[in-house]
Amino acid sequence: MATRTTPEPNLGVLQVAAPDLAVEAEADLRIPGRPGRLARYEGAIIGTMAVVVFLGVWQAVATARLVPELFLPGPTDIFKAFVILFSDINFIRRDLWVSGQEVVYGYGLAVILALPLGMLMGWYRRLSYGLDPFISFLYSSPRVALLPLMIIWLGIGMASKIAIIFLGAFFPIVINTAVGVRNLDPSLLKAARSFGASDAQIFRTIALPGSVPFILAGLRLGVGHAMVGVFVGELVAAQAGVGLMMATAGATFQTSKVFAGLIIIAGTGILLTHLIQRLERRFQAWMPSR
Amino acid sequence: MVSHDGAGADGLMTVASEKLQARNVTIHYWLERSGTPFLAVNGVTLDVSPGEFLAIVGPSGCGKTTFLNAVDGLLPISGGSLTLNGIPITKPGRDRAMVFQHASLLPWRTVLGNVVYGLELQGRLPRGEAAERALRFIELVGLQGFEDAYPLELSGGMQQRTNLARALATDPDMLLLDEPFASLDAQTREFMQLELLKIWNQTHKTALFITHDIKEAIYLADRVAVFTARPGRVKQIVPIDLPRPRELRVKRAPRFIEYEDFIWTSIEEEVRVTIRQTERMRS
Repeated sequence: MATRTTPEPNLGVLQVAAPDLAVEAEADLRIPGRPGRLARYEGAIIGTMAVVVFLGVWQAVATARLVPELFLPGPTDIFKAFVILFSDINFIRRDLWVSGQEVVYGYGLAVILALPLGMLMGWYRRLSYGLDPFISFLYSSPRVALLPLMIIWLGIGMASKIAIIFLGAFFPIVINTAVGVRNLDPSLLKAARSFGASDAQIFRTIALPGSVPFILAGLRLGVGHAMVGVFVGELVAAQAGVGLMMATAGATFQTSKVFAGLIIIAGTGILLTHLIQRLERRFQAWMPSR
Repeated sequence: MVSHDGAGADGLMTVASEKLQARNVTIHYWLERSGTPFLAVNGVTLDVSPGEFLAIVGPSGCGKTTFLNAVDGLLPISGGSLTLNGIPITKPGRDRAMVFQHASLLPWRTVLGNVVYGLELQGRLPRGEAAERALRFIELVGLQGFEDAYPLELSGGMQQRTNLARALATDPDMLLLDEPFASLDAQTREFMQLELLKIWNQTHKTALFITHDIKEAIYLADRVAVFTARPGRVKQIVPIDLPRPRELRVKRAPRFIEYEDFIWTSIEEEVRVTIRQTERMRS
């Protein structure tokens, strides 16, 4: 009995000591490695500064005319070309409108067809066994290599460009969707089966939500391919479009217009990618934030 | 009913009184690489009475989880008979619910969404009622206030509470638990065992609990079935005569330690066999 009573007062002392230590630490916060006030924005700040410095140096080189404008126009020259382009109603009505339509139709069609096909391929293994050889062949060949065929079949109008954008965006979306639907977490599957889930219920409650991250990654890859498609397509043979405008400007040494076109295409790609990233963040609210 | 269990005239009496009846159950797997059948469970005979808490202990890989999966109806048996309330088990049913070793929660659903999931799949309650019911069980497992949390935001212990609530919410006749606390840290595990007993006291579901932790089995169960090494068979059934409700300090009582010693002795040889089997597979 005596041995039982002795340890208890000791425990009591320990319990009193602990809060004291905490108060002391709070009064005199000297924890090393405290994050700075701007730490949250570090990435954005450094990124912006790098761009500003780059533009500054570029402008300085251009203003000093170390290289002729024909060779390397400065940022202000490109800005001017931009203003001229956008005040030209023909550029907006013809080139921008045509390229925009090509991207919307080509990419939209790819999404509409690739999502259901990818899901079917992920769900029905035998279907994917049958289609895999064709998809691997087309995915491995550079899609722009099909342009000559598309031009023979569809002419030099919008149709051939829509087809090439479609082919570019279609495969990454199909493949990602199929992988997403196929890679179900076996433990989730087991739980669902245990509660008597039907195949349709498993598809709706596990396969579909589980594949969303894969699908969005596929959509993001598809944007890049679509941008390549519209540019190269119009470069090779077109009647109108931003790519054609760039080709014409390049052939007539209007270098700043070429740069302006480049910025339009790259900017569209960045914008679309950004939109998809926002979707990704929305759908992954369940991921713990750091 | 009698024709199914194959136990003949003396089986008739037990059918009426036993909840789960396993007679000489064998389970085979197909080995995918070699295409040969593999015997995982070798003639298990076991009864679980209504309201009883039965624990199965055995060395790892002995087929105890396989047996539990067969009771849940996820795996077909290749021989013998397996009946629940006298009806042969062929597929998962509403009369059973499993608490899994890995919490197996849908990561994109909240705690409430996950607890409602079992009811939703069984589709027997309107949405609102199912949610109400789920909330009751969230409270029972002590997760009130976390209804809207996502699984990845929860600790392992809280995930397993959700897992348990999901199973209980479907109001099964029999609760199947597959090492639900194995992946928790030692202290959380002890606490969860206590909680489980409290909940079991309130619901008094027939429970079949798989574990490799001898102490856990003794602490929780009315009877402990010891499985042999692979292919698994019941080696011995040990009734645990410790009064309920059991506090955690029961684990330090002399009688508890006697049980532990006894079961450990029984299982020791099986563990040796298992280690030899594993070494042979590696070499």
